[in-house]
Amino acid sequence: MSDVPWLLAMIVVPAVGAGVVAALPAAKAGLARLLALAVSLVVLVLAVLAAVAFDPGGPRFQLTSSAPWIPDFGVEFALGVDGIALVMLLLVGVLVPVVVGASWHETSTGKRSMRTFWAWLLALESTMVGVFAATDVFLFYVFFEAMLVPMYFLIGGFGGPNRQYAAVKFFLYSLLGGLVMLASVIGLYVVSNSQLGEGTFAFDALRQLDIDPGVQKLLFAGFALAFAIKAPLVPFHTWLPDAGAEAPIGGAVLLVGVLDKVGTFGFLRYCLPLFPDASRELAPWVLTLAVIGILYAALLAVGQTDLKRLVSYTSIAHFGFIALGIFAFSTEAATGAVLYMVNHGIATGLLFVVVGMLIARGGSRRIADYGGVSSRAPLLAGVFLLAGLASLALPGTNSFVSEFLVLIGSFPNRPVFTVVATVGIILAALYVLLVYQRTMHGPFRGVLAAAEEPPPPTAARPDGGGATAVLTAPAPGRTAPVRDLSPRELAVVAPLVALVLLLGFFPQPLIALVEPAVQATMSDAGVDPAGTSPAVGEEGTD
Amino acid sequence: MPPIEAPDLSFAALAPLLLVFGAACVGVLVEAFAPRAVRHPVQVGIALVGTVGGFVTTLLLAGTGEVTAGGALAVDGVALFLQATITALGALSVLLFAERSLDPARSAFVASAAVPAGSARDVQLAVSERVQTEVYPLVTFAVGGMMLFTSANDLLLMFVALEVLSLPLYLLCGMARRRRLLSQEAALKYFLLGAFASAFFLYGLALVYGATGSVRLAVIREGATGAGNDLLLVLGLALLVVGLMFKASVAPFHVWTPDVYQGAPTPVTAFMAAATKVAAFGAVLRLLYMAFGTAEEIWRPLVYALAIASMVVGAVLGLTQTDLKRLFAYSSIAHAGFLLTGVIGLSGDGEDPGLAATMFYLLTYGLTTIGAFALLTLVRDGSGEATHLSRWAGLAQRSPLTAALMTLFLLALAGIPLTSGFTGKFAVFRAAIETGAWPLAVVALVTSAVAAFYYLRVVVLMYFSDPAPDGPTIGVPGSPTTAVLAVTAAATLVLGIVPGSVLDLAQSAAVLVG
Repeated sequence: MSDVPWLLAMIVVPAVGAGVVAALPAAKAGLARLLALAVSLVVLVLAVLAAVAFDPGGPRFQLTSSAPWIPDFGVEFALGVDGIALVMLLLVGVLVPVVVGASWHETSTGKRSMRTFWAWLLALESTMVGVFAATDVFLFYVFFEAMLVPMYFLIGGFGGPNRQYAAVKFFLYSLLGGLVMLASVIGLYVVSNSQLGEGTFAFDALRQLDIDPGVQKLLFAGFALAFAIKAPLVPFHTWLPDAGAEAPIGGAVLLVGVLDKVGTFGFLRYCLPLFPDASRELAPWVLTLAVIGILYAALLAVGQTDLKRLVSYTSIAHFGFIALGIFAFSTEAATGAVLYMVNHGIATGLLFVVVGMLIARGGSRRIADYGGVSSRAPLLAGVFLLAGLASLALPGTNSFVSEFLVLIGSFPNRPVFTVVATVGIILAALYVLLVYQRTMHGPFRGVLAAAEEPPPPTAARPDGGGATAVLTAPAPGRTAPVRDLSPRELAVVAPLVALVLLLGFFPQPLIALVEPAVQATMSDAGVDPAGTSPAVGEEGTD
Repeated sequence: MPPIEAPDLSFAALAPLLLVFGAACVGVLVEAFAPRAVRHPVQVGIALVGTVGGFVTTLLLAGTGEVTAGGALAVDGVALFLQATITALGALSVLLFAERSLDPARSAFVASAAVPAGSARDVQLAVSERVQTEVYPLVTFAVGGMMLFTSANDLLLMFVALEVLSLPLYLLCGMARRRRLLSQEAALKYFLLGAFASAFFLYGLALVYGATGSVRLAVIREGATGAGNDLLLVLGLALLVVGLMFKASVAPFHVWTPDVYQGAPTPVTAFMAAATKVAAFGAVLRLLYMAFGTAEEIWRPLVYALAIASMVVGAVLGLTQTDLKRLFAYSSIAHAGFLLTGVIGLSGDGEDPGLAATMFYLLTYGLTTIGAFALLTLVRDGSGEATHLSRWAGLAQRSPLTAALMTLFLLALAGIPLTSGFTGKFAVFRAAIETGAWPLAVVALVTSAVAAFYYLRVVVLMYFSDPAPDGPTIGVPGSPTTAVLAVTAAATLVLGIVPGSVLDLAQSAAVLVG
């Protein structure tokens, strides 16, 4: 089964789907979303089949395929996954159908047809698969940049009131990072040309190189800047709250759930194995940024008045933990970081989806506009609480396992950083519980309550400042009772809720899938796997 | 007295040049003798036969490497590749010139350039359907001059070619049907500054002749070897470079570019932006690699500085532009800087990534630029083309296809992967980094990101802004413009996704003889 080109299919199917959806007549928006759902489910099935075909004990890169693409540059269209990339593909596979479901009733602000929304979403899925499946650095770069275009149109075309600014900021930040990385990519090629006699971008060949430490530092800096912007680490993070807040909910889920993971994935896949000396030497700098990010973003999250910005800031704090796990240089912490990448995608994805459902009801993003929602929509409140608890890594939820692994794995090598980072857990409890209390508990009030009451003649419309046009706010003069989760919404959150609990209690299959790849990565980075490996996944690595 | 020896002429190798110049001469005769009614179709036909014929013959000559016409002309891989590029871009431009369904008066060119702007006769002519047909022989001459420019193996011939390509361009710039005063100002400005640049070139030529005793590039090469301290030679080279950089619109010799691009009729701007750049860089490559290839230490710092200046000026000043034609002018200045990054990539040993990379970049840039300018001709309002940025707001809702094509070209100019612009950029940056010029490449990458901002701004306007109530109309292009758009858009995509064969071609053509 392993000679079926699963990965290629996962890139081609959504790309073709995007083309078909875009070519539909504008009136067929309903058909477009059905098609989008079907295609995303096919990709999910493909991802699961790929995972079944993958042998955790086998060679590091599996399901590989390769074809010459631009021979003059030594570029190959080479695909393949290790355990880390595979779990990211599974995450993509799960999140995209959820996003399609969550965006089912999305409407555009202008006269734009929704079919372009579905087309861009599928195009985004195609590039997201490509970026994780590429084993050629040039190909990785191409997907890394190509990924920006669909997301740019999703934010700019279907986002909130400030979408133009957010879309351009997102694009320029990422593009700048990407271009600096391009310099490093070319630099790697030049080094390979002088050492191997033939320029190549193949990851497996590049990690054999013996690069001069000074050059390593420069090349590392190029990659690290791109990934630090993408991940994002403080102080390169300012684009995320804007993009996350203005993006349509579906876009926001994929933005923090998957796109940003490319940054941390890149650190682990490219920075550590290709530039081990530079990574080791410059690790304190990255760790400092990571820990600052954990505390600073958490503090900012506490102070947010906008629901979507709050979730964006919590993500920045979480990315600090992931970076801490990666640059602690222990197999255990790095395993934790990879799990964190998956779990954060699920937990924060769920949080964004629920927040989106709340905003859809109230038409406002302001926290102050909500109160006592749990009395009218207990299911919604329950899922919100679960997502919040997963976000603060309560034991029993999926995030706990990963955060715990990161912290105990990092402590032996980097005690100071780890201890400081632990403070972030307390802050996480603060921002999650505060927002839950403010919006869900207490007397029922705010925009939802106003919508239920018969309108007094002076009834002011909810403050327009935070109102998105995502879904229609109740028209004045009409009363609309607040509904709890509809069957569609339940179907959307159910898979994520199930995963939060499942991975909270049974993380072992995931760990077994990831661990060999992490060990291989760490041995490339010069870490002795025997000393620090947790007692799972004894499979040898190549 | 010895008999005068006729120079040897290899007519086969000269076929493309002869065809293009022949077509231009026939065009002049047609202008004089054919009745007005049939002139337009006949002129278009002749210009297309000349340029397309030139294109085909250059392709047939592929692999030639000889010096002919008494050593004055080098017909080699570089010359042929660039000549093919110029003729292809020329043919596309001729198609844009020939578009008759966009302007209500059926042509982008003034009916009679000699009539004073604003006079009663001018007002009368502006609404008549009389068209100007001198533009076709003029553009064909310019194409011929550009082809000659890229294969001139002799500084004197290079100067002659420079004039042959420039003079028709000066004229063409002044022939806009709308906003004639702006157009005439552009023509005059271009002419005056261009004449200055030509004088610089000529002075440099004289100095180099004084230093080495020859105008033949190969002889200069011998004289220049190890002559880094020869003041005459250094000055001469610097002046020659000034003359060429003017044509290539490299900062700080760029000041004419925005005004001329804005004032010239858009099809002419398209031609100028695309083909002139190819020709100018063809001459730069030949001059620096052939004549001064052994004296790199003289020109390398100069080109290095010019590249940085051009990229920074193009990227930063482009940010403040509100007119699309001016915006593309600054974009062209920035791209000239990127091209110089490729010129720096000359390694001197046998395999030369810089040469092939620069040639490939010229091809991709030329095609994308012609496509972008072709789109500008579609969006019109009462006073002609609506090139002010604000007029493009919400264009995607009025005409999704126009907006999509513009986005494609803008992304290519910004160098986003899977477009030809990225492949070109990658090639030149690789060449630069391989020769150790990585700081230059980093500057280039950062300025790329800056420049991306103004390309994106146009995309934002088109897609994410609401259209103005009295917005421009989107013309339905006739078959010539449609063909140009189809070819350039397809090339932009194909050279981005599967550039292999064309890169191979550029690599195998990267041979200079002399």
